[in-house]
Order: sequence, then C-alpha cells, then structure tokens
Amino acid sequence: MTTTARSRLDETAVNSPADVTPAEGDRRPPSSRHDRAAQPLVSVRGATARLGRRTIWSDVTFDVGRGEFVAVLGPNGVGKSTLLKAMLGLVRVAPGDLRIAGEPPQSGSPEVGYLPQRRSFDSSVRVRGVDVVRLGLDGNRWGMPLPTWLGTRNRKAARTVRELVELVEATDFARRPIGQLSGGEQQRLLIAQALAGQPSLLLLDEPLDSLDLLNQSAIASLLDRICRSRGMTVIIVAHDVNPILPYLDRVVYLARGRAVAGAPGDVITSETLTNLYGTPIEVLHTSDGAPVIVGLPEATSYHPRLQAGPEAHLHG
Amino acid sequence: MLGADAGLTWNLTDDIRQLFEFHFMANAFRAGTIAAIVAGAIGWFVVLRRQSFVGHTLSVVAFPGAAGATLVGVSAAWGYFGFSIVAALLIAAIPRTQGHSFSEETAVVGTVQAFALALGFLFVTLYHGVLDEVDSLLFGSFLGITDSQVTTLLVIGAAGLAVLAVIARPLLFASIDPDVAAARGVPLRLLSVVFLLVLGLAVAEASQIVGVLLVFALLVIPPAIAQTITMRPLLSISIGVSIGVGIAWLGLALAYFYDQPVGFYTTSLALAGYVVARAGAWSGERARRARAST
Repeated sequence: MTTTARSRLDETAVNSPADVTPAEGDRRPPSSRHDRAAQPLVSVRGATARLGRRTIWSDVTFDVGRGEFVAVLGPNGVGKSTLLKAMLGLVRVAPGDLRIAGEPPQSGSPEVGYLPQRRSFDSSVRVRGVDVVRLGLDGNRWGMPLPTWLGTRNRKAARTVRELVELVEATDFARRPIGQLSGGEQQRLLIAQALAGQPSLLLLDEPLDSLDLLNQSAIASLLDRICRSRGMTVIIVAHDVNPILPYLDRVVYLARGRAVAGAPGDVITSETLTNLYGTPIEVLHTSDGAPVIVGLPEATSYHPRLQAGPEAHLHG
Repeated sequence: MLGADAGLTWNLTDDIRQLFEFHFMANAFRAGTIAAIVAGAIGWFVVLRRQSFVGHTLSVVAFPGAAGATLVGVSAAWGYFGFSIVAALLIAAIPRTQGHSFSEETAVVGTVQAFALALGFLFVTLYHGVLDEVDSLLFGSFLGITDSQVTTLLVIGAAGLAVLAVIARPLLFASIDPDVAAARGVPLRLLSVVFLLVLGLAVAEASQIVGVLLVFALLVIPPAIAQTITMRPLLSISIGVSIGVGIAWLGLALAYFYDQPVGFYTTSLALAGYVVARAGAWSGERARRARAST
C-alpha cells in the first residue's frame, strides 16, 4: 500500500491495517455530514488497547463527526465495549491516540453520556425510574438526594428530569420501581439518564440486546430521533445491525483485533469482511435490503428476522 | 427487672414518669435514641447495597473489642469503636478482582467474623468474668450507661451522620448504578471505604445498646421496613430512622417493666414491624394486580 493510499483512507476515516483493504471504501466520497463538521468529534488514530497483557485491538483508526449515528459491530469478545470504555477514559489507549473534541477522554466528563451493557435492575430494587434519571443529572455531586420541592435547583432539576422522561416517552411508568419495569421500559429510562448531563456524545453498549424485535426498532428510532433533533453523536455497540441499519451514517467493524470503518454499504460487503476476518465471507441482501452475513467463523447470524424469532439471539 | 418498686400501671403518664425516675434510664433512652438514628440512616444504605453481612461482621468484631477493653481496663467504648473501625479498614483493603464483586468479600468477611467471635470468647475467658457480662455484650443491655458514654455516642454519631450527608447522593448512585456512576467520575472505591468506616461507627453504636448479635434490630430491619413503604430516598431514610427510634424506645420501656432483656424486645418489635410491612406491601401489590387485570 502506498503512502498516498494511506492518507486518503485516513481522510475518509477508513482504517486500513496492512492486510485489510476496504476496496469500496476508497471510492466512496466522504459523507456530506462529515464535510460540514470542521473537526471530528471522535478521532482515533492507530489506537491500541490492552487489558493486562492481552492486546484487545491494535492500529484502529477512524473518525466520527458531530451528529453522526455510528454502530460498532463485530463478534463477541472482540473489544467493542473496550472501545467505548476507551472513549470514556476508563481504558487507556497506548500506543496511539484517541481524542474527543480534540481532547484526551476524561472519565466523568459530562460531555459523554454512557449506557453500559445488559443492565437490568433486580425486581427488588425499590428506586423509581425518575430517581434513576435524576442521578444522571447530579448523582456525581456530593450532598444528599433532596426532595424535588426543596429549593430552586431541585425544582429545576425536576423539570429537566420530566422533560427527559417525556423525550423518551416514559411518562406513564417513570414513577414505578425500576426493577419492576420491562426491559424496553428500563432501557428508555436509562437512555434518559444518559442524556441528563446534556452530552454531545452518547455511547450505548448493546442497548437493543435482550429486547424483543418491536422494542428494538422502537428504541433504535428513538435514538435516531434524539441524534437528529439534538445534533448529538450516537455511538452504539450492536450485535445485530439490522434494527439500526436504516439510521446509520457509519459503521466501525471490529474483528481479529483490527477495525474497518466507513459507510455501512461500504463496510458490510463480502470483500471487506473477507479481508477483515481472513476467511471467506459472503454478504447477501434480502428483498428489503437488509444484509445477511454468511460464513462467519463463530456462526453468528446477523439477521435474526430470517430465523425462528427470539432464539436467534441465543447465538450471542 | 427492677423488682417490686417498678411495675406497669397502665396509666401512661405514671408509667412514663416512672421510666425516667432513674438517671440511668434517662441515659438509656438518650443512648438508644442516638444509636437508633445513626443505625437507621446508615442501615438504609446497608440494605440498598446488600451489605448486611458486612454490617453484622463489624458488629461481631465489637465483641472482642469490648471484651478486650474490659480485660485491659479501659472503657468498653474504645473497644467497640476501635475494633469496628479496624475491621472496616481490613474489609475495605480486600482487593476486588473486577469492579465490585462481593463474592470474595463474603469469604474474607466470614473468616473475620468467626475469628472475632473466638477472640472475644478468649478475652472473656481470660477476664474470668461472670457470664452476665458476655450476655450483655452479645445480646444488649441498657444498665449503667454513663453521661460521658452518652456524649461519646452523640459526638461519634453526629460525625458519622455528617459524613453520610456529604456522600449520600454519589453513594446512592454508586449503589444502584455503579457502571454509570464510575463513568460519571464517582469515586467508587473511595466511597465504599468511607461507607465501611461510617458503617463501623454505626454498628459500634448500636451494638452497645442491643448487643453485637442483635444489631440488625436497629441497623437492617427499620430501613428494610421503610423501603417497602416508600421509594423516595430521603423520606424512606426518615421513616426508617423513626421506626428505629420507636423500636428502641418501646424496647427499652418493655425491658424496664418486664423481666426480659432489651435485645429480645427490640428484635421482636422489629420482626413484628417487618412482617406487618411485608404483608401490607404484598396485599397492596395483589390489589394493584387485581385492579390491573379487571
């Protein structure tokens, strides 16, 4: 690969480790959204993450512009969550560089909202949904959790919480104990909590996992609505790309410790994935345009709609 | 308990006057009130964080503390507070493998608890004390609480509550949602250490009244009742504290008029309250389901 090719790839935010050549990524012009943003919100350059002595991934390079809806895809255990934790400043990237709005990530920054993986509250947790959302607003401040009628700040916070709850359409159940809500209802409230700090970047770790298909598409369109209406960047780790595919500006595909990034139509192709996995992979398309990935080493299906309902998730 | 001159007359004013006739009894009420408030507030987080076992261990550790203090001839309060604090630091020092797993903690805590009981028994044996001493250490006693002991309880209790008031909100965040709290910059490790220390203070206070083995009567049961009544954090804490104080007062009064130990009364009252609260919550939930299904 020539130097020119490399720099061209960087411009289009396509990572290209030596043995991976995202063929179509070269040809596609950068998205218009990406052009408008003078500086990418997230910029990852040759980044390597290690947990202990194990290298999770290395030489990962991609950019995410402001207001983009991005999916991080890949098989289990490839380090998708680690990538989010690196953006949160909880995992250090070395060697390489990872910047959020030009700065190294700082843990605790209100700029970044976070929804961790597979969080469901025990049914015995006697905390109301609104209180969980409220913690996203000021839970990191010292002091006591005061009732909402006490003082201007508390009334203002209560109003913010009410607005967030309305935004995620959770008003009907936000005052019930969160442990007794369904997975989809809990997920809505947790999204509201993650939005409470008015972040410019929202990181979600498998938010659609363990939801039924109806809830998956409802949450996906909710995230898209928030992303567009607030100009917020949403990065979502996903196992199954289909519920979010219509909304995606960009995908970051992790496999074998490497990454390919680009527009979904460019990355989810037979050539790119074959190169990435180093084994023949075929991407087919259903009549509605959804990709079906065949030949993954883990035999993971990326199209549960073709399979017999929820069992498809057991492959995870 | 005090023989012929003390007896329940069923005349409320008379009975209350009689209760406070003796200075030691007034002190018992003061000490019981302080211990119940501190234990109720801190216990609310113990229930939320499911750290009852740690709470119990810290109180059991107070047993060799108090016995050892008596053995070397210093005030038992030194033993209660000193041992509970050291044990809290010891438990806090257990390295966590991944984040906030309590499984390793449980094994170490159990080991500490067993050793503490054995050590306490050793101290009592070395002291050649009468068996009554052991009974009141383990199961509580309200006799002979001095003014200076009440002052100590008040000062240490106030300090513990002040610390809790400062860390309450991030502690709530860290307790119900540790992953997000960590991402938002809440210092989980620091909070859990500080909370263990405050918990050590609370159980050392409560175990001086209800005994090291029955500390749950003030630490765990009142907040557990409160959490079935309401989900609003501050209101729930207040209700838990009120229930704790009520249990302590009634328990002391009953122990004064009748011949059973105070630990038995407080624990029985707490149990009764818990059963009533759970039954109420259960029937309320059933009624709600019935309404929803029709």
